[in-house]
Amino acid sequence: MGTSDRDDIAETFDVVVVGGGNAALCAAMEAAEAGRSVVLLEGAPKFYRGGNSRHTRNFRCMHRGALGPLIDDYLEDEFFDDLLKVTKGETDEGLARLVIRNSEQCLPWMQAHGVRFQKSLSGTLSLERTNAFFLGGGKALVNAYYATAEDLGVTIRYEAQVRHVGLEGRRFTHVDVDIAGQRFRIKGSTVVLAAGGFQSDIEWLARAWGPSARNFLIRGTPYNRGVVLKDMLDQGAVSVGDPTQCHAVAIDGRAPKFDGGIVTRLDCVPFSVVVNKHGDRFYDEGEDVWPKRYAIWGRLVAAQPDQVAYVIIDSRSLPLFMPSVYPPVAAETIEQLAKKLELDPDKVARTVREFNDSCRDGDFRPQQLDGLATEGLDPPKTNWARPIVEPPFYGYSLRPGVTFTYLGLKVDGEARATGADGPYENVWAAGEMIAGSILGQGYLAGFGMTIGTVFGRLAGKGAAAHDA
Amino acid sequence: MTLEAIDGRGDDARGRAEAADMPLAEPAFDIFAEARRQVEICNACRYCEGYCQVFPAITRQTAFASGDLTQLANLCHNCRGCYYACQYTAPHEFALNLPGVLSDIRSDSWSRFAWPTGFAGLFQRSGAGIALALVVALALLFAAIAALPGEGAGFYAWLGHNAMVAIFAPAFLFPIAALAIGIRRYWREVGGKPVVWRDLADAGAAVAQLRNLSGGQGQGCNFEEEERYSDQRRWLHQAVMYGFLLCFLSTCSATLYHYLFDWSAPYPWWTLPKLLGVPGGILLVVGTAGLGWLKTRADPALGSPANWNGEMAFILLLGLTGLTGLVLYAVTGTAAVGSILALHLGCVLALFLLTPYSKMAHGFYRMAALVRDAQVKSGRVPASSGQARR
Ligand SMILES: Cc1cc2nc3c(=O)[nH]c(=O)nc-3n(C[C@H](O)[C@H](O)[C@H](O)COP(=O)(O)OP(=O)(O)OC[C@H]3O[C@@H](n4cnc5c(N)ncnc54)[C@H](O)[C@@H]3O)c2cc1C
Ligand code: HEM
Ligand code: SF4
Ligand code: SF4
Repeated sequence: MGTSDRDDIAETFDVVVVGGGNAALCAAMEAAEAGRSVVLLEGAPKFYRGGNSRHTRNFRCMHRGALGPLIDDYLEDEFFDDLLKVTKGETDEGLARLVIRNSEQCLPWMQAHGVRFQKSLSGTLSLERTNAFFLGGGKALVNAYYATAEDLGVTIRYEAQVRHVGLEGRRFTHVDVDIAGQRFRIKGSTVVLAAGGFQSDIEWLARAWGPSARNFLIRGTPYNRGVVLKDMLDQGAVSVGDPTQCHAVAIDGRAPKFDGGIVTRLDCVPFSVVVNKHGDRFYDEGEDVWPKRYAIWGRLVAAQPDQVAYVIIDSRSLPLFMPSVYPPVAAETIEQLAKKLELDPDKVARTVREFNDSCRDGDFRPQQLDGLATEGLDPPKTNWARPIVEPPFYGYSLRPGVTFTYLGLKVDGEARATGADGPYENVWAAGEMIAGSILGQGYLAGFGMTIGTVFGRLAGKGAAAHDA
Repeated sequence: MTLEAIDGRGDDARGRAEAADMPLAEPAFDIFAEARRQVEICNACRYCEGYCQVFPAITRQTAFASGDLTQLANLCHNCRGCYYACQYTAPHEFALNLPGVLSDIRSDSWSRFAWPTGFAGLFQRSGAGIALALVVALALLFAAIAALPGEGAGFYAWLGHNAMVAIFAPAFLFPIAALAIGIRRYWREVGGKPVVWRDLADAGAAVAQLRNLSGGQGQGCNFEEEERYSDQRRWLHQAVMYGFLLCFLSTCSATLYHYLFDWSAPYPWWTLPKLLGVPGGILLVVGTAGLGWLKTRADPALGSPANWNGEMAFILLLGLTGLTGLVLYAVTGTAAVGSILALHLGCVLALFLLTPYSKMAHGFYRMAALVRDAQVKSGRVPASSGQARR
């Protein structure tokens, strides 16, 4: 196949897997291990294979006792509570608990399929009990899965962009796919849809969120453009998740438009003052520890004029956070720094002076909520309010960086997708494409890969067990 | 938006970065600036922490002087794990290739540290240079055997013991002195501190298992199988390294026999020179053949492509040394001994003399880097080299 210039690809597969990230790969391996013929259609070229999964570093895993790199216990109820906190209840408890319970047996399964784990990375000690880190990160995981899938006989096609999922009533029949620019029709007895969200279709994002979304940066793959999701919704598939929302964090404003990944994050907000392009502060920078706050800053910045903000710190704060990919802009005075950041120097200097004047004496403790708050400042800074006075001064620009979108397909506890007339006969879906049921809002670190692994495996097994 | 538009994003980001007065990358020809750029990206990412000692060393610092980069480069074992696991390798605009840039810094450092200065570039890079040196050494040995009278039994009948010592004592001592100077220069640049036993023990253990080529968990490196792991390179390297050490010990034991017991070669099979030398020679030959073969299968761009010839010539010279040694034993008592002896001793001579100026120096510098890393890990001394080269 692939060389034919006809529309049809003669071969018919038992299982057609759409997508090439974690969820798709898990499904493909399960189906191939059950003896089915499997084709995996990855829209990206080989180099960019693996979608957002290639940017990940860990997955969240329930466990009773030490497991792999994980220490102590992390039990179902605590896990579920953590999920409730971030989603504020926007979760399907049945599906969420299914994922949580199944996560425990995923770890050894992942190892058996080539994934290696390492101990919690330096600077992430707080996750050593809950999140298992991949040796080499998500790209190494993706590499391992592709190698295993190849060994299992899965047919893999890169640059294979699925344009249309053929349905007859509640039955899947084929996909139409452009492989390296040429249109093919591939028939299959079952299909697993795992093609991610739509965040890289900037125009869709702008329609959903508003025109300001054109200024957002996309942290992950440029290939998740929601083509398959839209095609399914147009054909009446039932959706879940808020269609207007995306998960966005504040990242370095100089990051590339797509694919900047983990290194563009900036962890210095708690030790800074943050101003908008007019030089005004707009939110409490010290509201909580950064891991609990970084996600809201994407929205906060998105709400500012031109969707940009500027973090300002002094030299004492520079060693307090993980370095980011670009060195900060540096200057000896606040005015000079503002000028380099193309902000109004007098205005910024005044804002910083007002902040400094409202700081009071007390113990500055960067590792915990130290209660060192400003007095008489609006908005206040309620922790880590230490004057910004020690040159050199440093600045970064901030922009919203989109991680994923929430809109997806509705699935049942067997990962079966649902059409207008009930569950489809032979369509399964997994990963980011269905995560909106479980992560209705917010985000729990490492849970995306857990959802993808559990549902990818369920989908692969379900599709393999289906009698055509 | 089309994919073409997406693919044009590199220019976009660069434009934006420049607008913010922040060049993304310093000029590419400056390998230190390029290495610093890449290392800082890794320091913001850290996904590769479990592969080797380089990443933990990176995370101990926030700013990287040239001396720090020299240390990281010599600590890197070119296992390539961090290349194939990296989400930022080209065509991504961050264009990470840490094994490649560290390899360039490493070989550049050996050239700079070599004494007399200026020699090293030639033999590291040039296979022809190594071949020429070998020819000269061979010619010298053939000439010596032809000109000098033999004295004694076995191969001493062709070249007397005293003549051998007269040639090889300086050929052994000179490279050691030259290397000592190079290592001292290295130590100064990386800010090394006085060495204690624990440093040596720690470094020795890392070398004994070649831990940094193990992928961190014994699964091996990504040299010849790209994204897949393979431990072949480590096994073959250890065959070469232990083979070489056995051959070296064999020669030492023969020297002891000669001077302490007044017992001169040829030695029967059950003596130390043979019991050490024969397995050593076999390991050396098998190991170098394997390493040379792997080298033809790996991507040169993840090392220093300009050095490929010189490195391959070094592998072949090492293998040839082992092979001629074995053949010399095999032809004992035949008329071939004379010419095989000249071949073997010519190889040994070239190998020794080129040690400070060829890939052969890697063991010494890498050992120094591991000792230095052990010092820093112990917490006794600061991580920074404390000085910038430029
Ligand atoms: C920077 C970053 C860091 C993250 N870190 C973590 C982390 O540490 N832990 C964690 O759990 N989660 C993390 N996430 C979230 C995580 O990446 C996702 O939850 C997870 O990767 C989703 O897996 P998936 O297989 O559903 O989607 P993806 O991995 O994105 O895969 C989607 C695939 O579909 C393909 N595709 C898209 N459209 C088509 C089409 N029309 N035809 C064919 N193929 C198509 C894409 O090319 C891609 O291969 C991170 C996300 C980002 C952006
Ligand atoms: C401190 C001890 C040593 C260490 C840490 C060490 C480390 C390494 C490493 C990491 C490599 C692969 C990366 C590269 O090509 O640079 C390598 C290659 C090699 N080493 Fe060593 N080594 C040591 C000693 C030796 C010794 C004693 C010998 C034999 C004389 C030897 C022979 C070789 C050979 C033949 C290669 C292959 C070169 C190539 O592929 O280009 N090494 N060594
Ligand atoms: S090599 Fe790439 S994946 Fe590894 S630490 Fe560096 S930037 Fe991260
Ligand atoms: S090539 Fe291997 S040894 Fe060198 S830095 Fe990368 S992972 Fe470490």
